[in-house]
Amino acid sequence: MILDAVLADLAGRRGVVVDSPPGAGKSTLVTQAAGRLAADRERVMIVAQTNEQVDDLVDRIARHAPAVTIGRLSAGGYQPTARVAHPTVTVGQKVADLAGATITIATAAKWATIREGSWPWAIVDEAYQMRSDMLLRVAPRFERALFVGDPGQLDPFSTVDIDRWTGLTWDPLQSAVAVMLRHNPDLPVHRLPVSWRLPVTAAPVVAEAFYPFTGFEAGSTAADRSLSFSTRALGAGPLDDVLAMAAQTGWAHYELPARHTLRTDAEAAAACAALATRLLQRGAVAVSERERDGAPVTAARIAIGTAHRDQAAAVRAMLGPAAGEVTVDTANRLQGREYDVTIVLHPLSGRRDATAFHLESGRLCVLASRHRQACVVVGRAGIAELLDAHPSAEPVHLDVPVKFPDGWEANQAILAKLAEHRIEARR
Amino acid sequence: MSTLVSLARALAVERGVAQPITTVRHVHVHERPLVLVPLTLAGEANAPLAAMVGTAPDDARLLVVAQPRNRDERFGFAAELAAILVSYVDSFTGQVEAVVTNRGRDIRSRYTDGPQLIVPNPAGAGFVKLFGRSTRLRRTDGPWAVAPTVPLAGRWLTFFAERYEHPGSAALVAVTSALTAHWATGQSALEDANLAALMGWIDPPAGLTGAQAAAAAEDPLTWPPAGPITDPTFDNEVLAALMEAYANAPGERTLATLTTAIRGQIEPTWRLVWRAVELLRALPPGERVAQRWAADRDAYSAMVMSIVDGRPPQPRRDGAVAAAGRLNRLERDQASYDVQRAFDDPLVLAEYRLSGEAFAGVVTAAQPDRVDASGRRRVLRPHVTVLTDDPVRFTPGAALTSPARPAQKATVVAVGAGDTSEVVLELSGGMGSSLQAPPGTVPEVGEQVVYSSLADDYQQAPEFPAREDTPWTHGGPPPEYVPTDEDAAEEWS
Repeated sequence: MILDAVLADLAGRRGVVVDSPPGAGKSTLVTQAAGRLAADRERVMIVAQTNEQVDDLVDRIARHAPAVTIGRLSAGGYQPTARVAHPTVTVGQKVADLAGATITIATAAKWATIREGSWPWAIVDEAYQMRSDMLLRVAPRFERALFVGDPGQLDPFSTVDIDRWTGLTWDPLQSAVAVMLRHNPDLPVHRLPVSWRLPVTAAPVVAEAFYPFTGFEAGSTAADRSLSFSTRALGAGPLDDVLAMAAQTGWAHYELPARHTLRTDAEAAAACAALATRLLQRGAVAVSERERDGAPVTAARIAIGTAHRDQAAAVRAMLGPAAGEVTVDTANRLQGREYDVTIVLHPLSGRRDATAFHLESGRLCVLASRHRQACVVVGRAGIAELLDAHPSAEPVHLDVPVKFPDGWEANQAILAKLAEHRIEARR
Repeated sequence: MSTLVSLARALAVERGVAQPITTVRHVHVHERPLVLVPLTLAGEANAPLAAMVGTAPDDARLLVVAQPRNRDERFGFAAELAAILVSYVDSFTGQVEAVVTNRGRDIRSRYTDGPQLIVPNPAGAGFVKLFGRSTRLRRTDGPWAVAPTVPLAGRWLTFFAERYEHPGSAALVAVTSALTAHWATGQSALEDANLAALMGWIDPPAGLTGAQAAAAAEDPLTWPPAGPITDPTFDNEVLAALMEAYANAPGERTLATLTTAIRGQIEPTWRLVWRAVELLRALPPGERVAQRWAADRDAYSAMVMSIVDGRPPQPRRDGAVAAAGRLNRLERDQASYDVQRAFDDPLVLAEYRLSGEAFAGVVTAAQPDRVDASGRRRVLRPHVTVLTDDPVRFTPGAALTSPARPAQKATVVAVGAGDTSEVVLELSGGMGSSLQAPPGTVPEVGEQVVYSSLADDYQQAPEFPAREDTPWTHGGPPPEYVPTDEDAAEEWS
């Protein structure tokens, strides 16, 4: 059991890293590790990145270990959600308000404001999303820490563009794990080997494109998962062809005519919204090992992912009231979330150039690995030509570890896969 | 490139002249800036070849290094530049003003004016940074002794280079960046980096269109590059021969020929920089420009104090804690610069209106005395309804502010659908503590208002661990810095 190995390693060292591909049971690992440490009467601090993630963890841990007292530290404006309403959970703005809770959970931003106290154990969740300057502020609070995260997801970003610290081991723009490992290179790194989320149609594709050296496997088989429709497509159009392709193969690429567009491409946004709406109208039913008899794919189980916030806003504006509960968000905000079907507006759709932002492998990885059943990519024709015209030409710096995979290559890999699942929009 | 700038570029092509993309100037322009046009020798990293420097168009000092590969001559150049720079920088320590901070509890002082260094382009700013790095750690005694002003000037050059990283700072201004922040031309961003071509679009000579003037500016004979890199043809055909002549027969005659040739390369840029300064100065300054210049003066005052107190020069590299702290300051400056520009300038705000992050409209209904009694305490929560043509992409619950009433928060209650939408806002704050809103604090029916998700709030600087408490994740506490003679041994080339 990987948890035993991780905890055994942690007992003798200052830190352990656990790399987790998408949907490989990271949250389960965090929950169980927290439960085990708390059962030994150890005080544990848990650092997550967003309030959403904190509330999720509080809920999971409270269910997993009902005897353990949990303190949920929060900022002033926080409204407790239903998920933290457990008898063992105390919510407070100061550590003193939490009545000596065994497990204390807060966002990194909140932990950074705590200037007192020390915890023997820390679990840092989504540690690859955390910037190292945040870790610098949080680290004085713990003695040893378990860092858990997905190395294939988006790197943390900054609003300023500066290369002043490039090559320094403590570069504040790097992720918490990258900096911690560069100063402590002998710490063990474990890997979770199985993705329980991604279907067998997606796991090898995502593994090859984004985790070329470590890889992972799908935890389910082809027989476990299926997507079907409870109504027929009368007068089927390209949208229905796309949905049929997605249901059958797990992937579909809805290709709009080539055109250079504004970032908020109205036609592409409309296509994303129309696909989501059509999916709901057709009454899709998803069968999985969790729901062997099938469960309807409701709006809450569909997500539309974009690269930019204004694109998400444009898609949301096109969704009708029936599809109001469909999640529409950027890759950054979709990190760590899971849906039955995702509809992705390709980051390079309609662009004239391919910048480092749009080529970032983590962005595409997040968008292409949120689904349990199928992923539909919407994009304009010409993305392959655009990629060919913009080979990655980022400068190479001294003392900077080379990052794999290269975004350009990962994009090519996914595009090659999508080419087999292409449906053209009618002109 | 944003939508409005793209439009302005298209218009620039159609009209044959650069188009303004702001209504006000967002950069402070000093009455007496120090303009520095540096040139470097090709093939040697940041080896100064020449510099033209001065505080007025007709007050140019040309410094020339006849043999840049000779370290002694480089030091001579550094000393000459240092003398000009240090006396300029020192000339602002005359008057002091008191600044009240921390809600009246603390008073600190800052100089009423500060220095401004102007270079032609970002590469010029890069020269300042590298030249500062290679001079600030020099020794004034021992084996590689330099003039006492050289390390001092190095610290000031580093000061300028570090301020240059701060968004919104005007201590060091690169002219091409300042111009492209205010005008859109009909050429690419890459072509805009050529100062002469950029000025051709913005200020074409009589009878020429911007495109024609920019095309003419591509001839390196009439418009040599704005540096620090020189024109390769000039290097091969003119500079190499003159340098060799000087090396064979060092003397006044050979030096004078060399100086004349370099003057011909540097003077056109000098004139362009001053013309650009004139154009920028002619624009009305934005309301918050003075506030940002005050931050530059604060930094200048702190730097003067650091030198007076005899503190060591800026270290070669930031430590873990220093780097994190600096990144935090830069990010806060960036956020505040973005918001301040939008608040100062309707044209910049229009960009946010297009993307749905702001909307402008007219108040169609107002309930200035609406009281919310649902909580423990009755509180004043006026509602206003704004009719707007802008695409509104806010959802109920979003917190907005208006540039006209920055202390007041407006929470979106409802957004109507359609091309023109009615937005209902609930106001809180900025209305005193009674249940009666003082006149003017709540927008009245018929008033033109702008609301956006931008907010220029004062944010307290976060706390970082002390340097000696650097945690194990970041390598633990760094060793104490002890100045040694080795500091001066940094490679010059």
